[in-house]
Amino acid sequence: MRIACPLCGERDSREFSYKGHALALERPAEDAGVAAWDDYLHNRDNPAGLTQELWFHDMGCASWLVAERNTVTHEFGAVRLAEDVKGAKP
Amino acid sequence: MIELKPLSPATGLLPLDIGGVTLREAEMAALTLIAPYMGREAQLTEALEAAHGLGWPQAGETSASGAARLIWFGRKQAVLVGAAASAKLAAHAALTDQSDAWSCVVLEGAGARDVLARLAPLDMRDVAFPVGATARTEVFHMACSITRIEAQSWQIMGFRSMAKTLVHDLQVAMEGVAARAKPALT
Ligand SMILES: [Zn+2]
Repeated sequence: MRIACPLCGERDSREFSYKGHALALERPAEDAGVAAWDDYLHNRDNPAGLTQELWFHDMGCASWLVAERNTVTHEFGAVRLAEDVKGAKP
Repeated sequence: MIELKPLSPATGLLPLDIGGVTLREAEMAALTLIAPYMGREAQLTEALEAAHGLGWPQAGETSASGAARLIWFGRKQAVLVGAAASAKLAAHAALTDQSDAWSCVVLEGAGARDVLARLAPLDMRDVAFPVGATARTEVFHMACSITRIEAQSWQIMGFRSMAKTLVHDLQVAMEGVAARAKPALT
């Protein structure tokens, strides 16, 4: 597999670490309640097809990435910097 | 009185010359990691230009002015080599002296690229990685920085604590490339 890092270009997947579904970026508010937090921490869909994932370019530029991947073919789609997806505050 | 002498990270290990490819240690130099504060990139670029005549390198690029070089070093990071960082940069970026943190070696020769090809998953063709290009990547499972400083000359930076491993891995690859180049026995 090869992943197109927005900064480094297309690189071998050995340079990256997988974190999990990009839902991790959508953290509930502190007072959102037990159900919302339980869902956030433990529940994930298991799609056969396109999914959004967090990857870390640890052997490269050290960026967190949100990558679209097809779980059936392992083909990667759009890869974006997590800071561009989530927004980053000064 | 005891006199302490500074030892370079690869003391006693280099230079090597194997099959026409050489590996030497670059001279010890001041290294300053520059990480712009959020929203201060434009001011940092101005300050760099004024103090060092250097532009901020885009991902995968280096900029140079005289002996001073600024090497892109990852997301929103660059490392300044060959000059002491101006104090004026400190208002716009976090400056960290990393002079003692890195081992810096230079791989040179006609077969140098073949040696690197055994160790790094990078596209190192001239069109993809010309002189002045740089990358954060791995050298045989270790995170490193590779910069092409001349047509047949690559600077490799690895963690100082892993200098011996870096030299060992490069040496094994150099020996492999040299062995392959030998004419077949008749
Ligand atoms: Zn990257």
